[in-house]
Amino acid sequence: MTLLEVNGLKTWFQTPWGTIKAVDGVSFTVNKGEILGLVGESGSGKSITGFSILGLLDAPGKVVDGTIRFNGEDLRAASAARLRALRGDRIAMIFQDPMMTLNPVLTIGTQMVETVFAHRKASHAEARAMARDALGRVGIPRPEERLDAYPHEFSGGMRQRVAIAIALLHEPDLIIADEPTTALDVTIQSQILSEVQSLVAEMGMGLIWISHDLGVVAGLANRIAVMYAGRLVEEGPVDPVLDTPRHPYTQGLISSTPIANERGRPLRQIRGTAPPPLDRPQGCPFQPRCDYADAACASELTETVVGARRWRCLHPLGVTA
Amino acid sequence: MTAFIIRRVLQAVLVLILTSMIVFVGVYAIGDPLEILLAPDASMVERAQVSASLGLDKPMPVQYWQFLVNALHGDFGRSFVYNRPAISVIFERLPATLELTITALTMSLVIGLPLGLWAGTRPKTLVDESIMTGSIFGFSLPHFWQGMMLIMIFAVWLGWLPSTGRGEIGTVFGVRTSFGSWDGVRHMILPAINLSLGQTALMIRLTRTGVQETMPLDFVKYARARGLSERRILFVHVMKTILIPIVTIIGIEFGSLVAFAVVTETIFAWPGVGKLIIDSIGVLDRPVVVAYILVIVTLFIAINLVVDVLYSFLDPRIRSRAR
Repeated sequence: MTLLEVNGLKTWFQTPWGTIKAVDGVSFTVNKGEILGLVGESGSGKSITGFSILGLLDAPGKVVDGTIRFNGEDLRAASAARLRALRGDRIAMIFQDPMMTLNPVLTIGTQMVETVFAHRKASHAEARAMARDALGRVGIPRPEERLDAYPHEFSGGMRQRVAIAIALLHEPDLIIADEPTTALDVTIQSQILSEVQSLVAEMGMGLIWISHDLGVVAGLANRIAVMYAGRLVEEGPVDPVLDTPRHPYTQGLISSTPIANERGRPLRQIRGTAPPPLDRPQGCPFQPRCDYADAACASELTETVVGARRWRCLHPLGVTA
Repeated sequence: MTAFIIRRVLQAVLVLILTSMIVFVGVYAIGDPLEILLAPDASMVERAQVSASLGLDKPMPVQYWQFLVNALHGDFGRSFVYNRPAISVIFERLPATLELTITALTMSLVIGLPLGLWAGTRPKTLVDESIMTGSIFGFSLPHFWQGMMLIMIFAVWLGWLPSTGRGEIGTVFGVRTSFGSWDGVRHMILPAINLSLGQTALMIRLTRTGVQETMPLDFVKYARARGLSERRILFVHVMKTILIPIVTIIGIEFGSLVAFAVVTETIFAWPGVGKLIIDSIGVLDRPVVVAYILVIVTLFIAINLVVDVLYSFLDPRIRSRAR
C-alpha cells in the first residue's frame, strides 16, 4: 500500500545570484514496510528532498511545484499546524549527527518527554515510561537511569540509538533518516542497521534511508533511488539496479566503491565534478562527465519505465535500442 | 565543588590584599588629608596632634601594615570626616545603592529580554530594525545627559515625578526599602530608568544576537522535526542556550551598575554609596575610600562566584568537567 507519493517535486532556492534548483522534478513512492534508499553525492538534493516532505526547508528554499501525498493527504496544501502535528508523530526524522541535533543543555529524558507531550496528552510519569520503553527497545542498557543523562554523556552509537528511540516514540508511519550512520564506526553502524531493519519489519513502517554509501543501502533497502544534481536518474529494486545499472552515473557510483575494485588496480572514479548548482547543463545534468554522451543528451530527457525500473538516460547501459 | 570554592576564596583574599595596597598608595599619593581637615591657620602643634591621632605621622608602609592588621580584625579605620567607623558609614548607604542597582538590572531584564526575543525571531523586519535602532540610543547617549533629560521631561515639564532624594522609606517584610511606600517608589522611578537604559539596550542586543545565532542550529531544526511548538523551541531550547552569555553579562554589568550609580546618584541626589565616595574623594577621607573599594571588590568577587556556579547549572557540559 502506498504510504508516500512524491510527484514532480521541485524545491528551489531564490538567491541574489540566481535560482538554485536543489530538487528539480523528483518522483518516487514509498510503501508500508518498505525501505527506500535515496543515494547521491553531497549537493545532489537528497536531504532537501527529505526536508521538503516535512515542510522544514530553511529560507529561501521553497517547494515550487509537484505534489507530496502522505496517506492520501496533500502535504503541500497542509497548514503549518497540521504539518507540525504530523512531524514527530506520523513522520519522524533521524539526522546525521545527534551530537548536533540533540540539545546539549537538556537531558535525554526532557527531550523525549517533550516529544511525547507535543503529540498526546499524558501525565509526566506516563510520558517518562514511554521514553524509557523506547530507549529499551533500541537496546540502550539501564534506560531508566539514562533518561537523566545529557547528550554528551553518550557515545556516538548510543546517541544515534537515542535518536532512533525518539523517532519510534509515536510509532510513526514513515521515518526519514538522513545519513544516520555516516558518522559511526562500521561495527556500530552494522548493529544500528540490523536494529533498524528488524524494527521496520516488526512495525511495518516505511523508511527513506538517505545516504551516499551504496554499500549500506545495498544491504538495507528494498528499492534504491539515485539522485544527481537535483534529478532522480535511476530508480528500481536494489539487486537489479546494482547488478545491471542502466544509468552511467549509477555505474560510476558502483565502480567508485573500493570493494568493487580489483586489488592493485587504480580505483576507478567518475571524471570531473558535479556541476555547480547555479550553472547546470541543459538536458542531462551528467553529460559533461559521461563517456556515452552525445549531442542528443543536451535536449530535455524523458523517463524510460521498464517493469519496476525506470531511468533517465538516452544511452542506457545493457539495453540495445 | 569544595576544592573549587576553596581555591576561589584564596584567590579572592589575594585580590583583596593587592587592591587594598594599590588603593592605599593611590590615595596616599593624591594629597595630605590634613590640608583639608585643619583650618588654614592651625598651629604646628595642632597639626602634629591631629596627625598623630590619625596615625598620619608614621611612614606609609607602617601605616599600611597598621591598616592591614586592623582590617583583619574587621576595623577599616574611622572616617576623618564623620569620625565614625568607615565601614559603618558605607553600610549605612549601601542599601540605597543596591536597591537602585537591582531595580535597574531587573528593569533591563524585564524589558530587554522580551524585546530581544521579539526582534530576534523576526530578523530584518520593521520590528527588528526599530528595536535595534532604538537600542543604539540606549547606550550611545551619555549617561548624565539621559539623566538630565529625564528630569527635564518628567519632573520639570510634566511634573509627574520627583527628581531628587529617596523619599519616604517604608518597611517590607522587615527590610527598609523605597518599595515600602508609594512616595519611595515615585522617587525610585527616574534614577532607576536612568541607570537601566544602557543595560536594557545591551540586553536587547545580546538576546537578539543569541536568538539569531541559535535559530539556524541543527537542534532547532530537529526540535521542529519532532513536532515541538515554536513557543517551546523559543522559550526552552533557545532560551536555555542563550542564557549562558546573558548570565555572564549580568554578572559583569551588576558590578559596573554599582559603579555607574555614581553618576546617577549625583544627578538625582540619591543618598547611596556612589555619592558618598565622590564626596569622600573630594575631602581625601582615606578610610572611607579604601573601605568602599574593598567592599566593591568583594561584591565583584562574590558575583563572579555566583555566575560560575550558575554556569554549571545552565550547562551540563561544564558540570561534568568540574567533577
